[in-house]
Amino acid sequence: MTEFGSLRDVIADLVPDGASVAMEGFTHLIPFAAGHEVIRQDKRDLTLLRMTPDLIYDQLIGVGCARRLVFSWGGNPGVGSLHRFRDAVENEYPSPLDIEEHSHAGMAARYVAGASGLPFGILRGYRGSDLVKHTDVAQISCPFTGEELAAVPALNPDVAVIHAQQADRRGNVGLWGITGVQREAALAASTVIVTVEEIVDELAGNGPNQAVLPHWTVSAISQVPKGSHPSYSMGYTTRDNRFYREWDRISRDREVFARWVEAFILEQKDFEGYLSALDDETLLRRVVDG
Amino acid sequence: MGKGRAGANGYTSDEMMTVTASRFLRNGQVCFVGIGLPSEAANLARLTHAPEVVLIYESGTIGTAPNILPLSIGDGELAEHADLVVGVPEVFSYWLQAGRVDVGFLTAAQIDRFGNLNTTVIGGYQSPEVRLPGAGGAPEIASLAREVIVMLRHSKRAFVPEVDFITSVGFGPNGEGRAGHHGKGPTVVITDLGVLEPHPETNELMLVALHPGMEVARVRDETGWDLRVDPDLRVNQPPTADELGVLRDLKARTEQAHSG
Repeated sequence: MTEFGSLRDVIADLVPDGASVAMEGFTHLIPFAAGHEVIRQDKRDLTLLRMTPDLIYDQLIGVGCARRLVFSWGGNPGVGSLHRFRDAVENEYPSPLDIEEHSHAGMAARYVAGASGLPFGILRGYRGSDLVKHTDVAQISCPFTGEELAAVPALNPDVAVIHAQQADRRGNVGLWGITGVQREAALAASTVIVTVEEIVDELAGNGPNQAVLPHWTVSAISQVPKGSHPSYSMGYTTRDNRFYREWDRISRDREVFARWVEAFILEQKDFEGYLSALDDETLLRRVVDG
Repeated sequence: MGKGRAGANGYTSDEMMTVTASRFLRNGQVCFVGIGLPSEAANLARLTHAPEVVLIYESGTIGTAPNILPLSIGDGELAEHADLVVGVPEVFSYWLQAGRVDVGFLTAAQIDRFGNLNTTVIGGYQSPEVRLPGAGGAPEIASLAREVIVMLRHSKRAFVPEVDFITSVGFGPNGEGRAGHHGKGPTVVITDLGVLEPHPETNELMLVALHPGMEVARVRDETGWDLRVDPDLRVNQPPTADELGVLRDLKARTEQAHSG
């Protein structure tokens, strides 16, 4: 049955060192609060899975939590590079990062196969791309038509972490807007952690279609309002585009980044602390200026 | 004519590029849109000559009509103004893979003479000089959309004889063509200097049109291979007052919304 608990306890209990962890979210509903808690608890040797690793994976990679990254697009959306990710790949700083990359369609097919309990997914994909030489993809023939197709291995994370707008008191999870690949990642995983904006008596919307994950597929739920900042939770918060732009400056320099992590994550007790720290304009200036 | 400041003509080379690219999108087409330059041009088309164009973003927003340009591919603006929003596996399977997309609208860090696109690495794959974001949706868009429109700024660093990594295929490393692909590949490449199209026999990109005031020598100079020039070289029409007005309004609204 679904456990309700503090994010600190949930991460401590359910995310072991060395786990493969998918903190999914396609620009929307990115589980930043959970990522910060992983950093605070100094989890190590993680294999991070994610179609669109963005700032939260940049942070996890920058502090050295990750050993390996499986992904399909690693940038700061609309801004540019993920500098900590680049530093890890280009200079092995702070430690080497093993990477495995796919296309979005390939990653999506991998999660769908994982959620379906199938060994592999099939798609018309990767054709003519050099990705074929560097990643786990095979060519197969359709047994009925002979068409050449791509096969990709199922992706089954040890732990999936997602952020949703709502859970009801039994633990049924409702999320809406851009739904990304969260449902597939959760159903492919052994353990499912959900942070939510709000716990409600009844999920918003039109009855049972609103539930994206039934309570018995969810391991633990923690309520963390604004837990997707600087991403957003449609209906609750808006995307903090200014933060995404500022991240370029914060993450570009190793020392500024280290000071930012210290001030905004490690010195904060929880995500509420981080959110209050953001309101202190002088803190960011001190971090950037040294 | 600088890229950011309006020159004597009253428009910038970036504006000329965006306006030209927007004209290639026809009313009623279904277009899978990449973020950045393509998104700007596709929305300009929607707000001018192609009000019935169907814009699809890989975040699963289908038939979207944003009031401002999204900063990311998954801004709330795209979801709020969409006909429907589907999950990411669905957008690639039911919509792109099933053949419902007329035009893929892409950009890249590098393009080569045969229209192959690189968004993965500059340098070697194992120890790259520059690690770029990677593939995203582009390999399947490039393969499966009925045709592909590419836009990027012209420079020798971007227009190379061979890309360091083929993320998304155009006509293959030797221009061999499109066997096995459902779409016909890049039909046009729009830059801040002019327009390139693949030669019908060799598939090599050649200069077919210049923006007003641009010279062939300059384009050849900014291209990393011996660029061929179409004997019937055209000069593009400058932006109309309407096109410029709509584009500038869109960008001003966007700037205001994103600086908040």
